[in-house]
Order: sequence, then C-alpha cells, then structure tokens
Amino acid sequence: MTHALDNFLFTYQSLIYALGINSLLALSMYVVLAIGQLSLGQAAFMGLGAYASALLTAKFAIPFPLALIAAAAVPALLAFVIGAPTLRLSGVYLAIATIGVGEVLRIFYLNWDYAGGALGLNGIPEEAGFVWIFGVLAVALAGFAAIARSRIGRAMEAIRADEAAAGVMGVNLPVYKLAALVVSAAVAGVAGAFNAHVSSFIGPNEYGFDAAVTILSFALLGGIGSPFGPVLGALVLTALPEVLRPLHDYRLVINGLIIVCVVIFLPGGLLPWRLSRIGAPR
Amino acid sequence: MLAQQLLNGILAGSVYALFALGFTLMFGVLGVINLTYGFYFSTGAFVALHATRYLHMQIWEALPFAAAIAGLIAIVIDELLLGPLRRAKAPELSSLMVTLGATLLLYSLMTAWFTTDIRRFPPTVFDGGAFEIQGLRITLSQILIVAAVVSIVGGLAWLLRRTKLGLAIRALAENDDVAQLMGVNVGGVVHLVSFISGALGGAAGVMIGLNYNAIQPYMGESMMLKGFAVIILGGLGDIRGAVLAGLALGILETLTAGYVASSMKDAVGFLLLVLTLWFRPVGLFGRIAAKRA
Repeated sequence: MTHALDNFLFTYQSLIYALGINSLLALSMYVVLAIGQLSLGQAAFMGLGAYASALLTAKFAIPFPLALIAAAAVPALLAFVIGAPTLRLSGVYLAIATIGVGEVLRIFYLNWDYAGGALGLNGIPEEAGFVWIFGVLAVALAGFAAIARSRIGRAMEAIRADEAAAGVMGVNLPVYKLAALVVSAAVAGVAGAFNAHVSSFIGPNEYGFDAAVTILSFALLGGIGSPFGPVLGALVLTALPEVLRPLHDYRLVINGLIIVCVVIFLPGGLLPWRLSRIGAPR
Repeated sequence: MLAQQLLNGILAGSVYALFALGFTLMFGVLGVINLTYGFYFSTGAFVALHATRYLHMQIWEALPFAAAIAGLIAIVIDELLLGPLRRAKAPELSSLMVTLGATLLLYSLMTAWFTTDIRRFPPTVFDGGAFEIQGLRITLSQILIVAAVVSIVGGLAWLLRRTKLGLAIRALAENDDVAQLMGVNVGGVVHLVSFISGALGGAAGVMIGLNYNAIQPYMGESMMLKGFAVIILGGLGDIRGAVLAGLALGILETLTAGYVASSMKDAVGFLLLVLTLWFRPVGLFGRIAAKRA
C-alpha cells in the first residue's frame, strides 16, 4: 500500500506541489480581494520571495527556515512601499502601481549578474517538500478562515461592500488595507520560495503579467466569500490542464476567459458562501 | 549629442503623449481603467503592417486605416465587456478585472495567431530619407510621426473645446445621469469615445512600430506600463497633463538611456509612477482631485 502511494506521489510529484503552491498564491490574492482591492503584484511578490530565498540558501548557505522568513519579509517590505501611498487613494491606483512592479523587477533580475541575469538561478537546494508546502497551506487556510469568522473578517467584508460606510462605522481603513496587502505579499513570497525550492531553477521571466493574471483567475473562479473558494479555484485551474491535455496549450486563453465570464455572469464564484461569525447568535 | 538626444526624446515622448491621451480620455469620460487599451496599440501596428504588405497601401493611408480598425474593435470590446457592467452599475473593481481577463485572452489569441516573432514593415515603406540640420539627424518617418501627432492632438483639442459633440463628451465626464437628462445621447457618446480612444491607441501603435520597425503582439503590454506612468503623472483624466507628461517621460527615458544605462530606460516610467503616488497623487497640475477612498 505504501509502495503504491510512493509510486503515485513520485509520478505526480510536480503536479501535487503545484496544487499546493498555487493554492497559497490564490490565498494571497484572496486577502487583497477580501478588502475590495485589486493587486496585480502577486506574481512579482512571489518572484521576490523566490529570489530572496534562493540566493540566501544557495549563496550564503542560510538554513531553509530562516530563508523562508526572508522570503516573506522582502515582498512584505515592497508591498508597504507601494501600498502606503496608493491605498489612501481609490482602488485603481493600487492596480496601476502593482501592474508595473513585475515588469520593473524583471528588468532588475535581467541585469543583476549576481543573481544569474537572464539565465536565472540554477541548483537551488530542493528543501521544500510535501510536508512544508501542505503544512504551511493548512496553517494559512486555517488562519484565514479564523480571521474571516472574527471581528477582523467582518470589518474586511464591510470595507469590500462599502468603504465609506465602513470608515464611518469606525473601521480603520488605512491600517486594514495596508495590513492586508503586506500579509498577502508575505504569503505570495513564501509560495515563491517553495516554488524555487522544488523546481531548483528560477528565471527572471517567470513572474510577469501572465502569472499575475493567472493567480487572479484562481481566486475569482473559486469566489472570495471565504478562503476556501480561492483554494478550490487554484486546484481546479491547476489540475484541469493536466487532465485535459489539449487544454494545456490554451491555458492562458482559458484563464482570461474565466475571469471575463465569472465577473460578468458569476460574480460570487464557485463557492459564494461566507463563513458564519464565531459566537454570532443563531 | 545632447540636442540629438533631446530630439529623439521629444519624438518618443510625442507618441507616448498620443497613446496616453486615448487612455486618459477613456478613463475621464467612461470612468473605467480599460486594461485592454494596450491591445488596440498592438492591433494598430499589425493592421498597418498587413495593409502595407498585402493591400500595398502607403504608410499615410495605412495610418488612418489602422487607427479606424482599432477604434471599431474598441467599440465592440467596450460594448461586450463593459456594457453589461455599466448597466448593472457594477463596482469599479469588476470592470478592472473584466478588462484584465480580456487582455490576457486577447493577447494569447493574438500570439497563437501571429506568434511572438518580431515582424517588420516591408522596406518600401521606408524610403530611408533623412535630413541633417546642423548635425541633427531626422528621418522622414520621424517627421511624419511628429506631424501626425501634432495634428491629431490639435484636432482632438478642437473637438473637445469648440464643438457641441465635445461639450456632450465633457458633460458625460462630469456626470452621466445629468448628461442624459440634458438630452445627451449617452450610448452614442460612449461609442464615440471608445472609437476615438481606440483609434488614438492604434495610431500610436503604428508610429512606434514605424519608429523602431519591430512589431509583435505583446508590444502593447510594455507600452501600457508607460501609459500608466504618463496618466498618473499627468493626473487621471487630465488631457493637458497627459500630453506634457508623455513628452517628459520620452525625454527622461532617452536621457537615461544616453547618460546612465540603456537597460534602465524602461524603469524610468515606473520610478516616476511611484514617486508621483507618494508625493503628488493628483498629478502634475492637480486640477482634477485624485479620487480618494
């Protein structure tokens, strides 16, 4: 039995890792969408985490858990620099500012010879495995579910429904919005680090516009009523092209089409239900 | 050397200005950041390429032809994607996301069709003529570009400021419900603005394609990054700001490429964008209040 399981894990290893990593990315997108903002920097945050962790472990022999902390901290810092000025303004400003981040970082990696330039980084130690990826995913999912059911989650929902009204009711808008973006960047950075440490190679062109929009399509397909929606979306959109091989070549077309159709016809996504509040009267 | 750099900068900047003009007009009047805008840029370049190659048009015929096709596509996309959301009075975020999904869809289809190979205009389009004025080199196609930009911007300013149609457009930008009550045909003006914006984007695509003679599907996407920087620096929806910010970006980019490092050129726009958001989110003139949350 264990032998069969080992075989299964070995055959589908990269798919199983991708399912976990994409679910984490979808959760990172969820945190921002949950407060009614759109960030297109998730792929860039992911790339920053990947580069940070890969450089620290491969060049400085820093232990993987410490590198993982850096992979969360560096994108979080960038999110703060971009989010602090833009989140005071209306939603389009964050979307516009983050859309440029990926492109600028790509140019930066391309010209940064120490990090391999256009060739990227090779031979990253394969430290992240099943336990790491799905352990962190489980903790993140449980954490976000708990938050969604708490006072903080209700405040986030209020911001999404009507920012002005939420502000009037005493929700500290700038703090909530900035915190959400910073947390989301940290989660994306960790997912990027996992990706680097299972594939052992990263390159400057992997974290661009296509990747950013794909991450958004995970969250939108699943729906952002609860943190489970984005995870479902990520699982479906990661597994589907593997099951239906012909879909593989049209992956990006389908991801784009899904966003368009979901926004227009299915605004709640596949899992529109929200979680009930802890201790709320029935 | 400096004079030549400035000349090249003004040339690039005038095309950025043209591109940003359509983008900011779309936002100012229709109230949405339409991320498919870069696609009209690529469309314009590809239509002009095929018109000159297969329909044997001259470039001054191909330019308006490509702009018109890009404008018509802009109307269709706006009606299909944003029409339903506008009628449902959906939140700003929905329209951003729908145009984002459409952008990925359109570019991937275009790439599937044309591949990402770089294409070039047939050599007959360039007669290679160039003038030297006191050591400054300027090509015929560059003169065509500057002349076209100046006349298009002038024509647009005249339309918006001096005609009844322009008044209707400005009324819609102010408040669409009131505009409707005042007898403005809102649906018609929305189509017209989509057409003008798409055509401006398409025309800019032809010009950049002509200037660098390199055309591929994703060219609109890198142009969008410059477009964002220009419309934020100029102030969202501000036409005069877009023109001046476009010129400024073109000049700064050329100077950066000349005196700092050519690889840093594409980062200039983003740096301007972030600095503007930190220190002056209302844009250059601050005429239009930044939409605060």
